[in-house]
Amino acid sequence: MGYPHKPHERETLVLSTHFGDHEAIPLDGWKKRGGYQALQKALGMTPAEIVDVVKASGLRGRGGAGFPTGIKWSFMKPGDGKVHYLCCNADESEPGTFKDREIMRWTPHALVEGCAIGAYAIGAEVAYIYIRGEFTEPLRHMEAAVKEAYAAGILGTNAMGTGKTVHVHVHKGAGAYICGEETALMNSLEGRRGNPRIKPPFPAVAGLFGQPTTINNVETLAAVPHILNRGADWYKGLGRADNPKSTGTKLWSVCGNIQKPGNYEMLMGFPFGEFLHEVCGGALPGRKLRAIIPGGSSVPIQTLEEAESSLMDYEGMVAGGTMLGSAGCIVIDDAQNLVKQIARLARFYAHESCAQCTQCREGTAWTTKILERIVAGDGTTEDLDTLLEIADNMTGKTICVLSDSCATPVVSGIRKFRGDFEALIKKRKVHPVPAVA
Amino acid sequence: MSATHDQAEYTSVFTGAARTELDTIMSRYPTKMAALLPALWIVQRERGWVPPEGMAEVAEALDLTPAYVKGVVTFYTMYHQHPVGKHFIQVCTTSPCNVCGAEGVVDAFLKHTGCEELGVTSADGRYTVIEVECLGACGFATPVMINEEFVESVTPDRVPEILSSLK
Repeated sequence: MGYPHKPHERETLVLSTHFGDHEAIPLDGWKKRGGYQALQKALGMTPAEIVDVVKASGLRGRGGAGFPTGIKWSFMKPGDGKVHYLCCNADESEPGTFKDREIMRWTPHALVEGCAIGAYAIGAEVAYIYIRGEFTEPLRHMEAAVKEAYAAGILGTNAMGTGKTVHVHVHKGAGAYICGEETALMNSLEGRRGNPRIKPPFPAVAGLFGQPTTINNVETLAAVPHILNRGADWYKGLGRADNPKSTGTKLWSVCGNIQKPGNYEMLMGFPFGEFLHEVCGGALPGRKLRAIIPGGSSVPIQTLEEAESSLMDYEGMVAGGTMLGSAGCIVIDDAQNLVKQIARLARFYAHESCAQCTQCREGTAWTTKILERIVAGDGTTEDLDTLLEIADNMTGKTICVLSDSCATPVVSGIRKFRGDFEALIKKRKVHPVPAVA
Repeated sequence: MSATHDQAEYTSVFTGAARTELDTIMSRYPTKMAALLPALWIVQRERGWVPPEGMAEVAEALDLTPAYVKGVVTFYTMYHQHPVGKHFIQVCTTSPCNVCGAEGVVDAFLKHTGCEELGVTSADGRYTVIEVECLGACGFATPVMINEEFVESVTPDRVPEILSSLK
């Protein structure tokens, strides 16, 4: 099934097979669709065996960083005598990204199952799913699914009758983009302000409540049951043959000025140009696609030409001058004021900065002010140099990458669409100088 | 303190069912403090906002100081530090929605609710309209959140009908 449109013949449905299918939401419907077979199987394996399967599948983190999931899990040492935790990052807030929302709305039990397997594999008895506060509908579905899973004996102190303990709890955030950063998420879960922590120590050493912790994205965990059911080789075989570094399918959220916005599940390495023009229906009538932000608002903006020659996997997007990120694809056409949209993104980051680091607190605010001044027709050519200088000060110098994320669209925007900025600057209003008496 | 808020009116939130609910939540975490965000959500659900007395009550229940709780409340945008309209309307205007006309949706809400200004509650107390940063439903531009409910694909012409459907 597709959602909100019918699936395109060039999609490869794994995670999104049941999107739009109301009967897949409750436990009995999910079980009829093969639900919890993977967990049953996993609980009969050793944690190390599960980690090996996930490693062999080539699954990489779907939240943006793309770190190999099996390797991340292998940093945890079950049996070390410490309490371990799994956190599921369901704080999906990256502008352009709305894939985890659909996973939780339509297949909440897929996530419960993925969390339970992940927790067991890293030697954790407790997993927390941290959902952003605005996701009221996904939250309702997740809470209902967890409740059903406890009532059915799937979760608890005797998970699926195996005598093993697996708890999954849902935790509601309260409106802070920064809590999608893993250490900020842990602080928030502990009842603190969502300030990112300095690393090291990394979460696998000292994470949630000071204990070894793994944090995985919703889409990553939801893929795990499929890998256990169908095998690492099957998953590894999905993708382009010449790039074993990116395997499986990826959910692409597509939004902005495009004929058919929505979520699409594509094989890694699918040609981006065909995806935009054919699968997503291309530009709106009478308009032309102009700028593409393929991986959520934090990745470099692509020109249409760059996008058309890119391949949709981690390496393909880097080769195309950008990053896969969270695959939240924002499409901007020729009817838009691109500088205004870059200014709007900067405002987003200024609003969401946790304000711990000076470069970010001041940089996001001043970047926004200068960009808004240019949009208002009061910019100067020197402003562009100032923006690039501020961006340089904001990159690689802070506790987390929110600051870098604000600088990215500004730098790539000025570099690739400088004419748009200059056109606004040329139209600068001349303010009359009041006569001095 | 807000002019519309009288300290004498405050009654404890954490009695009866809400106290049991908080105890259940606290059992899920190894520290009391981890129940802070959930506890604040309960206060907001019961009182419509998080008044200073609510912060104090949460602080006492979780062995924290009121100042610490306030520090956390002010960090998160979804806790109301002042009373808001009966229908709290959040319109996403971040870039993906912005390129699809979200600013026109904001204007329509301001006009038809009589709020006229962002963040200001209408004279009849029914509405507060704010712009919100990315609601995470970009493919359904423009998403609008009214209290706990999402309305997808809102256009300016749909606004009067949406408002008339609110009780």
